[in-house]
Amino acid sequence: MSLALSESPSVAPEDGTPESLRIVPLRRTGQRAAAVVVLVLLGLVLTSVVRNEAFQWGVVADYFATTAVLRGLWLTLWLTAVVMALGFALGTLLAVMRLSANPVLRAVSWGYVWLFRSTPILVQLLFWFNIGALYPQILGVRTVDLMGPATVAVVGLTLHEAAYAAEVVRGGILSVERGQIEAAQSLGLGPWRRLRRIVLPQAMRSIVPPAGNMLIGTLKGTSIVSIIAVNDLLYSVQLVYHRTYQVVPLLLVATLWYVVVTSLLSIGQYYVERYYARGQADAR
Amino acid sequence: MSTPMVEVRSVHKSFGSLDVLRGIDLDVRAGEVTVVLGPSGSGKSTLLRTINHLEKVDSGSITVDGTLIGYRRESKASARRASGKGGGRRPGRLYELREREVLRQRTRIGFVFQNFNLFPHLTVLDNVVEAPVAALKRPRKDAVAAARKLLARVGLADKADAYPRQLSGGQQQRVAIARALALEPKLLLFDEPTSALDPELVGEVLDVIKDLAASGTTMIVVTHEIGFAREVADAVVFMDGGVIVEQGPPAEVLDAPRHERTRAFLSRGVGSPRLPGPEK
Repeated sequence: MSLALSESPSVAPEDGTPESLRIVPLRRTGQRAAAVVVLVLLGLVLTSVVRNEAFQWGVVADYFATTAVLRGLWLTLWLTAVVMALGFALGTLLAVMRLSANPVLRAVSWGYVWLFRSTPILVQLLFWFNIGALYPQILGVRTVDLMGPATVAVVGLTLHEAAYAAEVVRGGILSVERGQIEAAQSLGLGPWRRLRRIVLPQAMRSIVPPAGNMLIGTLKGTSIVSIIAVNDLLYSVQLVYHRTYQVVPLLLVATLWYVVVTSLLSIGQYYVERYYARGQADAR
Repeated sequence: MSTPMVEVRSVHKSFGSLDVLRGIDLDVRAGEVTVVLGPSGSGKSTLLRTINHLEKVDSGSITVDGTLIGYRRESKASARRASGKGGGRRPGRLYELREREVLRQRTRIGFVFQNFNLFPHLTVLDNVVEAPVAALKRPRKDAVAAARKLLARVGLADKADAYPRQLSGGQQQRVAIARALALEPKLLLFDEPTSALDPELVGEVLDVIKDLAASGTTMIVVTHEIGFAREVADAVVFMDGGVIVEQGPPAEVLDAPRHERTRAFLSRGVGSPRLPGPEK
């Protein structure tokens, strides 16, 4: 190595100072060719999507903002919000139980996560839909009256969500250095204050990215409630195309709305992450 | 002489099969600075952590300013029942305190960590204000005023609104000292306060500790800085293998050690530079 270096020609050129030398970048012909090929293919796909009459873009435009579709969208949005809020509340409780010193609480929390992660959400939802067969009456009320399709949707999705949220929150709490808790203990801060003021705000940094994932997953996942006739975004367009047989354009209506909402959520996630990263950014 | 500020009596502690503390007896008088020296794994950090009950002892007792730490002695009724069998000091029973009571005891004892352990998501000011507001229920306005004075005392008045990560290690440790002082503790414990610092930052932290020593704060300092011990300590304790090998005034322990292990440690510690890396 040192031999090769010593034999390399002198850097100082005879025909000019080092500052006056122009740097010529390598020609990356292969990269350019690949880009052209990909762009051409993309263009072909796009033209076919626009030109293909079967997409029926006119029908898409007609139904995009109809009351029925907007009602379905609204249900999808509030169902997602409720399931996320309740799911994470229960999930946080499960995570704290799992990390507690009490072996019974630990075991119960573990068992919950195990059970609700081990079965498909579709099966769970159908199970809750038919809970009346197991318990015809709950507290003197007919189960069928108590558990309407919307309630079944909230309960079923929340219990499933909580199992995943528990693991996300637990991971976040574990990511906080042990020294942080010791420092809080040495300052006389109680367990609730330690969790709320010291541990969770720091845990949020590792909770937010997977929670954002879950939020987007939940938004799309709520479409599963269409099988129990809950009138969400997907079900509302299904109702239309069962009548008009315009399956593809109406599925496109639902698709576009899902894309719009998930895009907005992704932007929101960026700002939430930035908020919880305060004090973390290195001075560069 | 009044009773000592800290009384450690035959404290034992083990982690699994490893005996970390094997019968420690130690007195620290009020207003004095006690420096604890010893090689890695000698149990000195563990001893410090038992004093504010971050570690539970397996047996023995620790008293700070007349208050038993982490436990309460048996009730009067059971004491009366037990009396009659032999006089003098009976072993008796110690009942573990509830966490709330332990936390209250800790507010009287300041603890400064090797790795600072500042709360990274809170500003410097909020780090210092947190404990007086949360643990002592002080009005926030008073706590803020007191915190600003403390930050000025450690020379960081202008950093109140910075986040810990924006400060150097030495500055962070000075904030940590201000945070510990915010509870107006009767006793300050330092667990290798300069071991995680770059060499050029050690001085500024030691200066703050020296300043506290001069103001008559009772302190126990676990450190590798033998020069600091010589300059500031009223008493030096040398630990090795979970026992106190030797203790006394710095002139005796540092300059005329009686034990071979102390001599060996001092000749190694003074002559050669410190090994990098934290010690646990």
